[in-house]
Amino acid sequence: MGNLLANTLNWVDERFPLTKMWREHLSEYYAPKNFNFWYYFGSLALLVLVNQIVTGIFLTMNYKPDAGLAFASVEYIMRDVEWGWLIRYLHSTGASAFFVVVYLHMFRAMLYGSYKKPRELIWIFGMLIYLTLMAEAFLGYLLPWGQMSYWGAQVIISLFGAVPFIGEELALWIRGDYVVSDITLNRFFALHVIAIPLALVGLVAAHILALHEVGSNNPDGVEIKKHKDANGIPLDGIPFHPYYTVKDIFGASVFLVIFAIIVFYFPEMYIFFLEPANFIPANPIQTPEHIAPLWYFTPFYAILRAVPSYPWLMGKFAGVLAMGAAVMVLFFLPWIDRSPVRSIRYRSNAFKAWLTIFIVSFIGLGILGMLPADPIKQKLSQLLSIGYFGFFIALYIISKNERCKAVPDRVTWK
Amino acid sequence: MSELSFGTGEVDKDRRRVLTAGATVVGTIGATAVAAPFLLSMQPSEKAKTAGAPVEVDLSKLEPGRKITIEWRGKPVWIVHRTPEMLKTLDAQKELADPDSANVEQQPEYAQNVYRSIKPEYLVMLGVCTHLGCSPTFRPDVAPTDLGADWKGGFFCPCHGSRFDLSGRVYKGAPAPDNMQVPPHHYVDESILLIGAA
Repeated sequence: MGNLLANTLNWVDERFPLTKMWREHLSEYYAPKNFNFWYYFGSLALLVLVNQIVTGIFLTMNYKPDAGLAFASVEYIMRDVEWGWLIRYLHSTGASAFFVVVYLHMFRAMLYGSYKKPRELIWIFGMLIYLTLMAEAFLGYLLPWGQMSYWGAQVIISLFGAVPFIGEELALWIRGDYVVSDITLNRFFALHVIAIPLALVGLVAAHILALHEVGSNNPDGVEIKKHKDANGIPLDGIPFHPYYTVKDIFGASVFLVIFAIIVFYFPEMYIFFLEPANFIPANPIQTPEHIAPLWYFTPFYAILRAVPSYPWLMGKFAGVLAMGAAVMVLFFLPWIDRSPVRSIRYRSNAFKAWLTIFIVSFIGLGILGMLPADPIKQKLSQLLSIGYFGFFIALYIISKNERCKAVPDRVTWK
Repeated sequence: MSELSFGTGEVDKDRRRVLTAGATVVGTIGATAVAAPFLLSMQPSEKAKTAGAPVEVDLSKLEPGRKITIEWRGKPVWIVHRTPEMLKTLDAQKELADPDSANVEQQPEYAQNVYRSIKPEYLVMLGVCTHLGCSPTFRPDVAPTDLGADWKGGFFCPCHGSRFDLSGRVYKGAPAPDNMQVPPHHYVDESILLIGAA
């Protein structure tokens, strides 16, 4: 029996690099031994991606991408399809969970300078994944064809309409109609279930390949490849499998406990994961009293609202530009941060202070973006927007000649 | 054993470069040409384009001070029967971004006046905020607590807080850049209005 297995594996290996890939990416991929809590979120993001794809496939079996049928088909899934409610709640909760783990994963990179040379491309692939994920979430949110779906899409597509000269044509092209309509719903469905997921999976593969090419960073931000043993294995490295597969399975278990509690007891998370207005079918002639995107977009939405519209300041395009810049600036982080020291453990107090300002601004904007607009909140949003962008400017300046602590030669882990 | 032979064995690199460049250019043009039908298929279809037929409305039952909403091209069109008191608020407005409706794209020529309408009492307007396309709420109440003591009646957009007067003219400093749009319309007779045709 064992012989048969070995022979089969041999047969495959002569035709496909199965064992070679297993070694390269798992059993002989040496990761630093000092990974901590923050290193769970990459594998968790992968887990959530699988959840989204699997539950998504089963949702398409009963969902109808038709303005006349969509809302009812979602209710049909919830009420009449066996276990349909579970599959849909796994998908809707998974969407929010995706952003939770991705935001924490990105924050980890900021804490330990994981975007710095030679890992710039890993960061850029990661940012592309983040952008693609935003597109995926936005497209998917139209599909239930509720009030918030409809008006959310209306607002976001209108953002493209604010682009000078080509804006109106561009918005028309995205909608395929003069208003968000059945035509829009149908194409959003196509993009949500196949085009964007394909891109997402491809980018995830590129992200991981780039990571395995240069090797993982770690909480000390030191290069483990500098010290190798006689066999060329990093002294501070341990094989990803079994060490980190076991660690990640533990992380996944804890995550799934929390995830299951939300799915079973708080699938709407009050108003944060499924908004009340979305339990009303889309009505093109009545806007809900208060429109807010889901929580993961609200920091950027608050920046959009913070910028007033003046004719001498490109009108409403200024807000759109500021919102776009808030996302795009992250792409340049590897070049904005000029400090040779990666980890926050050895960086200056100025860096720590500015990172705190950044996080407070981001979370503050996220809260403001959920609340109805008024002049005081607009002022506050403006202040926090300055904090958000200020971080990048300050980082560029302070990182030039930053007074850092001495970085150890090897990882500090007993 | 015979050997395959390709010319003299010397590579003509210039020739190769020209061929590579030529193939790249032709290939790029071809790829662009193939992409065009896919991208153009996302434009509004013939069916979508012809769906915008004009709508007829009877105004005889619309009481003063009230608003009705009509659907035209899938968008809300408001008709407001303004009272003389409401019309009075329109002359004295100072904080407007475009009080004279100078932006000709926001209304037909016959509505380029302070009332932004053909008949002063009837306002016919696209109920879509010029900021990001939400539908503002009709707030004819004067000086309500949530909108402040200066509020003379008008339209308030709940999405991003843009304010418009009772002619749909935007107040300065609002996120919306323009006055609300007046669609092409005319009166077929005394109280029958046709929306969507000049």
